[in-house]
Amino acid sequence: MFKNYLQGIEGIATYPLFSLVVFFLFFLVMGIWVLKSDGSSMQKLGSMPLNDTTDIQSEKN
Amino acid sequence: MTTEKFSYDNKIVRNFAVATILWGLVGMLVGLIVALQLTNPKLNLAPYLSFGRLRPLHTNAVIFAFVGNGIFMGVYYSLQRLLKARMFSDLLSKIHFWGWQLIIVSAALTLPLGITTSKEYAELEWPIDIMIALIWVVFAINLFGTIFRRRERHLYVAVWFYIATIITVAVLHIVNSLALPVNFLKSYSIFAGVQDALVQWWYGHNAVAFFLTTPYLGLMYYFVPKAADRPVYSYKLSIIHFWALIFLYIWAGPHHLLYSSLPDWAQSLGVVFSIMLIAPSWGGMINGLLTLRGAWDRVRESIVLKFMVVAVTAYGMSTFEGPMLSIKSVNAISHFTDWTIAHVHIGAMGWNGMLTFGILYWLIPRLYGKPIFSKKLSNFHFWIATLGILFYAVPLYWAGFTQSLMWKDFTPEGVLRYPNFLETVVQIMPMYKLRVLGGSLYLIGVIVMIYNLWKTAASGTFIGDEAAEAAPLEKIAPASHGHWHRWIERRPVQFLLLSLVAILIGGIVEIVPMLTIKSNVPTITAVKPYTPLELHGRDIYIREGCYTCHSQMIRPFRSETERYGEYSKAGEFVYDHPFQWGSKRTGPDLAREGGKYPNSWHYNHMLDPTTMSPGSIMPAYEFMIDNDLDITSTPAKIRTMQKLGVPYPKGFDAKANTSLQKQAAEIAADLGKNGIKVDARKEIIAIIAYLQRLGTDIKVKDQLSAQN
Repeated sequence: MFKNYLQGIEGIATYPLFSLVVFFLFFLVMGIWVLKSDGSSMQKLGSMPLNDTTDIQSEKN
Repeated sequence: MTTEKFSYDNKIVRNFAVATILWGLVGMLVGLIVALQLTNPKLNLAPYLSFGRLRPLHTNAVIFAFVGNGIFMGVYYSLQRLLKARMFSDLLSKIHFWGWQLIIVSAALTLPLGITTSKEYAELEWPIDIMIALIWVVFAINLFGTIFRRRERHLYVAVWFYIATIITVAVLHIVNSLALPVNFLKSYSIFAGVQDALVQWWYGHNAVAFFLTTPYLGLMYYFVPKAADRPVYSYKLSIIHFWALIFLYIWAGPHHLLYSSLPDWAQSLGVVFSIMLIAPSWGGMINGLLTLRGAWDRVRESIVLKFMVVAVTAYGMSTFEGPMLSIKSVNAISHFTDWTIAHVHIGAMGWNGMLTFGILYWLIPRLYGKPIFSKKLSNFHFWIATLGILFYAVPLYWAGFTQSLMWKDFTPEGVLRYPNFLETVVQIMPMYKLRVLGGSLYLIGVIVMIYNLWKTAASGTFIGDEAAEAAPLEKIAPASHGHWHRWIERRPVQFLLLSLVAILIGGIVEIVPMLTIKSNVPTITAVKPYTPLELHGRDIYIREGCYTCHSQMIRPFRSETERYGEYSKAGEFVYDHPFQWGSKRTGPDLAREGGKYPNSWHYNHMLDPTTMSPGSIMPAYEFMIDNDLDITSTPAKIRTMQKLGVPYPKGFDAKANTSLQKQAAEIAADLGKNGIKVDARKEIIAIIAYLQRLGTDIKVKDQLSAQN
């Protein structure tokens, strides 16, 4: 029933197409970039929280 | 290389920690009170302590006061260390802290007084909304100021989550709070009906996503590796987790409105994205849990890790359950029942609560330079909290499922097996009692924690400014090759813009068509604006938080149309600023309440619900019979509605009270005929007028101009 109202929007036909393209590109680009990334530097970045010198009291709890 | 000496501000962290604990205690205590009110309605002691007013206080306190302060505690601690810099401005930190506490106190005062917008988790009225926006900006300036002064080139994944939180919460809060004030403490949402519902749940869902989830994921990415003394399992996975999560989350809101009058395309969009959300959510959970690979033996020893493992597991459970509940056929059963309540408590008590406790047990000993006072007590807290969560959630799953099946049950003859709604409430009362037990266990754990942390702090000395040193950032060579994401990570502003784009795409594609078709929402000529008296009645309905227990949305199921009448149409709500669809049926739906019972029934029911419905757990509203209706605000209310596009005739504001008094006199006369003597100026007259109006517009079938 809402079809009628939606059809009233100019260029509505391109909306789903546009969404699909944005969506597809978003994950494609993200996927490629992450896969191409360099593992060792990733590891360095990953250990950032461990590098700060905050352990005042190393007593494990 | 020369290093710079500076210090970390631990004082602000400590202050937020204290606030987290204090408000956590208050929020959970109010939660326990409202749970008790459901099992024993006599505990609705006074108007300002009734369930409808306290329930929003509980949700707001837990979300914005407990978790909110928890976020700031964790952010202020981790941000300084991840960036190797003190917070940008101690003054801004202070303003942020005290401003946020002031907002919480204002909420704690206004909500029990019935000053509310009735939009769930956004109940606070416009002056407080403005204060929230301002304080949020202070937080943003402080955070970005620190980022710009950092001594560490790269922004760790936790910081991206903080940035995304800041930007998205700002967008959500502003859009959903758009309202036109009637006076200092009353406003009407600029959106109405279907649009208001869509904007509200776009906000509501993302309050969960970007307030209860993304900042806490940032904390997880910092504190879990810290506590385990191991880097996060996969940094690559964290990149995917982050971008996929914020991109997908923003679309999921309409899953709160399945089978409602929201257009089908919007519902489907919400379903699809909600189901997809399981991928990044579980990616994040796996990343968190696998951080402990090879260190699981330490979980046995470390109380901090225990709490964190349960937290991350609860995150996994509720993010599995969320997509499942978004499937339309599951939602048809779960929606409006206690299933939803159980689901959110797995999130709030399990994910947010347990992670907060874990961080506190890690942080307080470090802030005071002393190990935790008692490991035994913290272990006790862990077990009683875990048990509390189970005792809370399992009975409510049971209750939700049972009640829903009872609502839908037909006899072989084809009539409702439980036509009286109350039967389905009485049936689940034992579950409500078990829930009280679960909540109490959880609260006891918190009290034990407070004692334990207090003793820890008392035995140590607070380290307010923690000395640190780090090399300043070097100027970067312009042609540096490297990973794309490292390029973004070095540029907080670009990062902010990219995340803004990612979240805006979803918001715009979903909401803009809804708003642009505003003039096209199928209008039903029989649907007329509320009369002034009904409008006042509606405001009383909002003030008392009736929406916390009563929906106004009949879904197109046979079990619902049999019980409540014709299903709800989008066109019926065009003058509803704000909408009152509700999200939970502790009592029956009221969308077609009008004309169902005589005025005298409503009068007696408000005076004492159990006289009309024996066994009812609704609070009594006898004070409405004593309270005079404040009609001084009528003209202002009418003018505000006119500005929002409600077609009252020109100059009606001046005549509104005459019309109001006429209608009130009619109702009072009708009550009088039934032996009830009541002054026409009382609030009870207005609420009866509103209830009798509900859903009656399209009962006049032949006036239906649009089929929808």
